[in-house]
Amino acid sequence: MLKVENLSVSYGVIGAVKGVSFEVGQGEIVALIGANGAGKTTILQTITGLIQPRGGSIRFDGADLLKTPAHKIVSLGMAHVPEGRRIFQELTVLENLRLGAFTRKDKKEIADSLEMVYSRFPRLRERRTQIAGTLSGGEQQMLAMGRALMSRPKIILMDEPSMGLSPLLVSEVFDIIREINAAGTTVLVVEQNARKVLSIADRAYVLETGKIVLEGNAKDLLNDDSVKKAYLGE
Amino acid sequence: MEFFEQLLNGLNRGSIYALIALGYTMVYGIAKMLNFAHGDVIMVGAYTLSVSASLLGISPYLGVLLSIVFCAVLGVVLEKIAYKPLRNSSPLAVLITAIGVSYFLQSLALLLFGSQQQKVASVINIPSIYLGSIELTGESIATLGVTIVIMVSLTLFIKKTKTGRAMLALSEDRGAAQLMGINVNRTISITFAIGSGLAAVAGVLFVSSYGFVGPYTGSLPGIKAFVAAVLGGIGSIPGAMLGGVLLGVIESFSQAYISTQLSDAIVFGVLILVLLVRPAGLLGRKKIEKV
Repeated sequence: MLKVENLSVSYGVIGAVKGVSFEVGQGEIVALIGANGAGKTTILQTITGLIQPRGGSIRFDGADLLKTPAHKIVSLGMAHVPEGRRIFQELTVLENLRLGAFTRKDKKEIADSLEMVYSRFPRLRERRTQIAGTLSGGEQQMLAMGRALMSRPKIILMDEPSMGLSPLLVSEVFDIIREINAAGTTVLVVEQNARKVLSIADRAYVLETGKIVLEGNAKDLLNDDSVKKAYLGE
Repeated sequence: MEFFEQLLNGLNRGSIYALIALGYTMVYGIAKMLNFAHGDVIMVGAYTLSVSASLLGISPYLGVLLSIVFCAVLGVVLEKIAYKPLRNSSPLAVLITAIGVSYFLQSLALLLFGSQQQKVASVINIPSIYLGSIELTGESIATLGVTIVIMVSLTLFIKKTKTGRAMLALSEDRGAAQLMGINVNRTISITFAIGSGLAAVAGVLFVSSYGFVGPYTGSLPGIKAFVAAVLGGIGSIPGAMLGGVLLGVIESFSQAYISTQLSDAIVFGVLILVLLVRPAGLLGRKKIEKV
């Protein structure tokens, strides 16, 4: 479904991503794990067109994403929950969700999606008229995920969904990711919390300073000695 | 009585500042740049009106329409040619380019029309109204009326339409707006078109009250409107409206009751005072920059 080949991205002379290849199949949860600065966020931002790569190719359902302008990518069926959530702080919860459906036209279908998001995140319904910047961190994460779902994506890219959340909320967020996936949306998730993400993912890639050093089934990686040592603190 | 006359006078002038300030503030909020050529669009609007009436013999109302359309297109073209290539450059490069565009427009007007100010016939033929002994001129009525209509429609446009919400989203976070599927280039073009169209309206109202247009007609109102936008909180649309009107009223009162020579100093003094107390301007929200 999504195929990244030999992707290289640099900031000035510093290479952030050095020839990374991976793929995500229909219906999977695929995780990219690695430490700070491994290039995880850069990869996601390049996929959705926020950063231009130096080389490589990204194909999604037959479309060449590197030739697609950033604002057209969402209508191909790809949503991105960015690092730090980046909800529109000065707008209300409802306005944020409506912006998630910006490229969609059918009012009835948008209303259905809104209902679906509200039933998945009841807190967002309660707070729909509240200014998004006044939400708690967990609620903002829910809003960012809800906003992404409003585009009815085939695949959803999530960048550090656990960042800054309490352990209880982290578990809740990962449960929701599993539910979203069970409802038919493919997920590519980037995480530092390796243990949590490996427990819900099908497959994973381990990134180290811009290169993939290990890949495999999530369960195997959970038991891999080098992964245990480097990322699971055992 | 004189008090009310001065208040009206100030509201009148402030309305024009507000219309110009709206363009400044919208472009700043959405394209993240100070378009210092914005004031000169007023001058272009006034010349367009003058030329369409005197040379082309077009009726005044059509002339106004032509002037709005011409300036809107000019705004979009200037953005595409001068500012868009610099979108990822340092803000200083963009600022200097904007000053360059300003000189370019002034010099072009100087070449085409000469340095002599031209007389422009007022397009407004509404009779004066007398409220007791206060005369409300047709120009004042038109200026206040048009400004109120524009402010209300602009607020509705921003709040209620998809393009308006795209503008709000874009002004807050360009990257996140792109992820929503918002076309950044198109939204910036629309912003320049609206801002420049409003400047044309301000230009028409301005020359209708003052009767003359020259190559430098736009500079002083442009600067004052910029001050108004900063006073109200740059990036904030209600702020530009409030800042413009406030500035006009303060200017008018200082001319009437304190000193004509000192009025500009007083206006800028008020700006300094406000910024000392509220650095983000009257209605500007303090941005919390998270890294």
